[in-house]
Amino acid sequence: MTDEGTGISSSPALSANGLGKRFGSRVAFDDVSFEIGYGEVFGFLGPNGAGKTTTVRTLGTLLTPTAGSATVAGLPLIPDNGVEIRRRISIMPESPGLYLRLTVLENLQCFADLYEVSAARDRIDQALQAVHLTERAHDTCGSLSKGLKQRVALARALLNDPQVLFLDEPTSGLDPVAAREVHELIDGLRQRGVTIFLTTHRLDEAERLCDRVAILNTTLRTVGRPDQLRDELFARTLNVRTVSPLSNPADVFLGVESVSGWREDGPSTYVLTVTDPALAAPGVTRALVKADADVLSISVSHHSLEDVYLELIDVPAGLS
Amino acid sequence: MSVNRRLVRAIVSKELREFRRNRTLAAGMAIIPLVFSVQPLISVFALTSSASGPLRHEHVLLYMLGIPALVPSLVASYSIVGEREQGTLEPLLTTPIRREELLLGKALATFLPAIAVAYGVFALFLVCVGVFAKPGVASALIRPSDLLAQVVFTPLLAGCSIWIAIVISTRFNDVRVAQQLSTVASLPAVALAVLVALNVIQPSLRTAILAAVILLVLNRIGWRVASLMFDRERLITGTKS
Ligand SMILES: Nc1ncnc2c1ncn2[C@@H]1O[C@H](COP(=O)(O)OP(=O)(O)OP(=O)(O)O)[C@@H](O)[C@H]1O
Ligand SMILES: [Mg+2]
Repeated sequence: MTDEGTGISSSPALSANGLGKRFGSRVAFDDVSFEIGYGEVFGFLGPNGAGKTTTVRTLGTLLTPTAGSATVAGLPLIPDNGVEIRRRISIMPESPGLYLRLTVLENLQCFADLYEVSAARDRIDQALQAVHLTERAHDTCGSLSKGLKQRVALARALLNDPQVLFLDEPTSGLDPVAAREVHELIDGLRQRGVTIFLTTHRLDEAERLCDRVAILNTTLRTVGRPDQLRDELFARTLNVRTVSPLSNPADVFLGVESVSGWREDGPSTYVLTVTDPALAAPGVTRALVKADADVLSISVSHHSLEDVYLELIDVPAGLS
Repeated sequence: MSVNRRLVRAIVSKELREFRRNRTLAAGMAIIPLVFSVQPLISVFALTSSASGPLRHEHVLLYMLGIPALVPSLVASYSIVGEREQGTLEPLLTTPIRREELLLGKALATFLPAIAVAYGVFALFLVCVGVFAKPGVASALIRPSDLLAQVVFTPLLAGCSIWIAIVISTRFNDVRVAQQLSTVASLPAVALAVLVALNVIQPSLRTAILAAVILLVLNRIGWRVASLMFDRERLITGTKS
C-alpha cells in the first residue's frame, strides 16, 4: 500500500488484519484492518464504547485478541513477542496511573529503569522538558492537577524513545495551551519518525495532527486522509446568496463550466454542486453579473471532519 | 528463566519508597510485632528462678516465629491489588518487565522490611529477657538450638507467607478482602510455631531440617504459582480498573 504520509519503510509500523476482541459475548471491536507506516500519525476516532481503548490495549500486548492478527513495531503480535514489542512501543493510557506518593522524578526513574534506558537521568530531563514539567520534578504526583498528571504520563511514555507511541486521549482534560503544547510535541515526534497511534474525541485535533484517520464504531467505518474522507462523503458545493430571488436560476447556473447541479436552499439562497470550486466560482460570478443579479456572497461550503464523523458513526435518531 | 536484575531492582526501590510514605501499611507492620512480643515478655518476666528448670525443655523463643509468618502478609497482600486499585498496574504492565520479575520485586520489597522487623523485634526481646528476667531464666530460655531455629526459620516463614499473600493479591479485587484472607492464610504457620513453643509438638533436629527443606521448596513453588496465577488480561480488565 502506498499512501502519502505512509512513511519511510516499506514494512508497516503497525498493521491489523481482521483483528477483534470480545469479552464473553460482548464485542469490544471486530474485523479491524489497517496498515500504518513508520512516521505516520494515525487518528483513531469513535464514540464512547467504540472499542478504541480496547484496540490500544490489544495492540499493546495487554489483551490477547480473540480474532485476526496484527504486527506491532515490525513484530507479529503473539505472546512470545510480548516483551520485545513492549520494549519498542509505549502507551500513554486513558488515566495516567502515577504513583501518587512518589515524586514526578521518582515515577520517571522507576519507568526509565523498567525500560532499561541508558543515561536515564538525561532522558528523564529531556522528557520533562518536552512536557514543560522540569520545575515540578520534585513534587509528589498526588499534589499535581489532573492536567499536570496527564503530562507526567506523557513524559513517561517518551522515556524509552518508542518506535510506536500509543496515545489514548492525550489531551482530554488539558487546557487549550497545554493541549496545543501536546500537539506541537506530537508534530515534533512525527518529524523524528515516531509512529503515533492517537485516539481522540476531538475532531479538530485529529484533523490538524493526523495523516490519516480511522473511524471506529465496533467495526471500522472508514480509513483515509481527513480531506479525502470529506471529498468522498460530501459532493463539493458552492453557496450563492443574492439580494432578491433570481427569476430563472437554472438558466444562470447550468451553463457555467464545472457546475453539475443546483437547488434552492431558502429564498435567494442557492446551493450548487460543482466538480471544481476554483473553476466554478469565477464562472458563476460572471453569469450572475450578466443576469443583473445583486450578489451578496459566493462561498465554498466547508465540511469538517465532524460532518464526516457524524455521517459515519450512525448517530442515534434524534441527535443528528 | 534468567531474571533481569535491573527491572527487579526498579520494582524493589519503588516499593520501598512507596512503603515508607504509606503510614497505614508501615504502622500495620509495626503494631503486629509489638502485640506479639508483649504477652511472652510479660509471662517471662513473671517467671521465678525456680521455674527455669522445666523451661529448658520448652521453646518459648519460637513463639516469636509468629512475627515473620504474620507481618509480611499484610504488605504482600496489598502488592498487586493495591496497584490495581490505584490504576498503576496498567502502565506497569506496558513495560517490558516479565510477571516473574515483577512478582520477585514485589516479594523482595516485602521480604526485606519484614525480615528487618522480625530480627529486630527478636533481638529486642532477647535484650529485654537478658536484662529484666529473674536470674537463671534467661540462660534457660535462650539456647543455641532455639536461636539457630529462629534465625533459619524467620526468612523461610516470611517467604512462604509472602507468596501466599501475593497469590491472593493477584486473584482478589478488593484490598481489604485480600488482606484479611492473607492474614487468615498465615495463621496455620503461626499456630504451628505456637504449638512448638508450648511443647505440644516436640521438635527434633530431623523434623526441623525436614521443615526447613519443605519451606524452602514451598518458597520456590510459591514464586512459580504466583507467576502462573498472574493473569495480565484479567488484572487489566477485571471489575476494578
Ligand atoms: N473488561 C471488560 N469487560 C467487558 N466489556 C468490556 C471490558 N472492557 C471494555 N468492554 C466493552 O468494550 C467496549 C469498548 O470499550 P472501550 O473502552 O474500548 O471503548 P472506547 O472506545 O475506549 O470508549 P471511550 O471513548 O469511552 O474511552 C465497550 O462496550 C465496553 O463496555
Ligand atoms: Mg477509551
